[in-house]
Amino acid sequence: EPQRTAFLLRKQWTLYSVTPLYRFSPARLRDYASLLSAFIAAEKQKGLAVEVGVELDIKVAVSSLPDLKGSDQDQAGILVQLSLRSQASKKNSEEKMVWSGWFCCVFGDDLSKNVPEDFTCLPLFLANGAESYTSIVGSWFQKTFDCRFRRLAISPLSLSWMAAMWTGCKVDKTTSAMELVFSVPSLPYPLDISYAIHPEDAKALWDTVQKTPGEITQEEVDVFMDCLYSHFHRHFKIHLSATKLVKVSTAIASAHCDGIIKFLQSQYLTGVLMLLTELAISQIQ
Amino acid sequence: HLATSLPLPSERDHLRPRIDLIVFMIDIKSKYSLKNIEASLAHVDASFFLGKVCFLVTGVGRMNCCSVEMNAIWKLGEVYGSPVLFCELELEGIRVATAQRLLRMLQICAGHVPGVSALSFGSLMRNSADD
Repeated sequence: EPQRTAFLLRKQWTLYSVTPLYRFSPARLRDYASLLSAFIAAEKQKGLAVEVGVELDIKVAVSSLPDLKGSDQDQAGILVQLSLRSQASKKNSEEKMVWSGWFCCVFGDDLSKNVPEDFTCLPLFLANGAESYTSIVGSWFQKTFDCRFRRLAISPLSLSWMAAMWTGCKVDKTTSAMELVFSVPSLPYPLDISYAIHPEDAKALWDTVQKTPGEITQEEVDVFMDCLYSHFHRHFKIHLSATKLVKVSTAIASAHCDGIIKFLQSQYLTGVLMLLTELAISQIQ
Repeated sequence: HLATSLPLPSERDHLRPRIDLIVFMIDIKSKYSLKNIEASLAHVDASFFLGKVCFLVTGVGRMNCCSVEMNAIWKLGEVYGSPVLFCELELEGIRVATAQRLLRMLQICAGHVPGVSALSFGSLMRNSADD
């Protein structure tokens, strides 16, 4: 099972929220692949695809990701992959994957229970590859299923929550440092502060803060972050609480406020997706 | 008069005119501003909390830059029995409207509006909370 989703790890995914898809059928994935392929070819004719130079053939594959769901009510994940087949080497017919995007819904009951029969809820979309392809694929889905894609931004509050949550996760081997990146506002030049914390120290701190294992409260997240901020202030006389938290990196995953995520541990993939699904649903509602 | 925190320096106490209204500004993008306000509130005399204090939350136009939890702000308004106003400083229309509102509140607090006192703010708040 972890093998099937291994290709999702260690890649940078750009996040989008997607409104429910009208009359989407998981049984018609092959048809959708053909339709999307034709759409992309047509767009290229119009000169809208940006790849300049060699005349290349784009192959579209749409498949199901049955492991990517939370509860039984969730719709299984859907994966779209675009590969380039170079016409020059038709003999080898080498295919190079240039773009992939997947829809998923992990514990999205809050959304799916309120939506009429004809709609499919897949509120979270993750894309890796050129923005021009994301744009074309997004346009096709929006036109075909009357849905709307929006970049999913992650607020500093949500990032703090992730920092606390992921610090508490148990990881087997020696892990990388926990890193928090802050952007300092109101300066004539851009300034970022990177704060790296030894993962064992971070976990030890979180363990003293968290009262009930398996449960996290906003208060506990605040205390955890305040401790980190005070420690930093003691050494550098800078109030990190006056800056904007823009990125959190732990051994589990890394997340950026512009809505970019990287999954690093397959055992926690569902957990992170559950949190992202929640954020996507908030943005839709 | 603007101050970055309270208490105000005591050297100028004798030169200072009467204070009719205190507006605490919280930037929703800065957790530090909330902590600063919480520390400053401790230095305010209890009599001010009968309508002469209000909280002004700025930066609300961009909820994606939120570093302060809304619950914390509502709680502050509740605990200190004072109104919470929201303003996006970058938008001129809202900035002007908020300034006019504060000016009106100040006129009432300074006793310039006959028949209306600062105490009315407290009862106005409680009614809408019950709704």
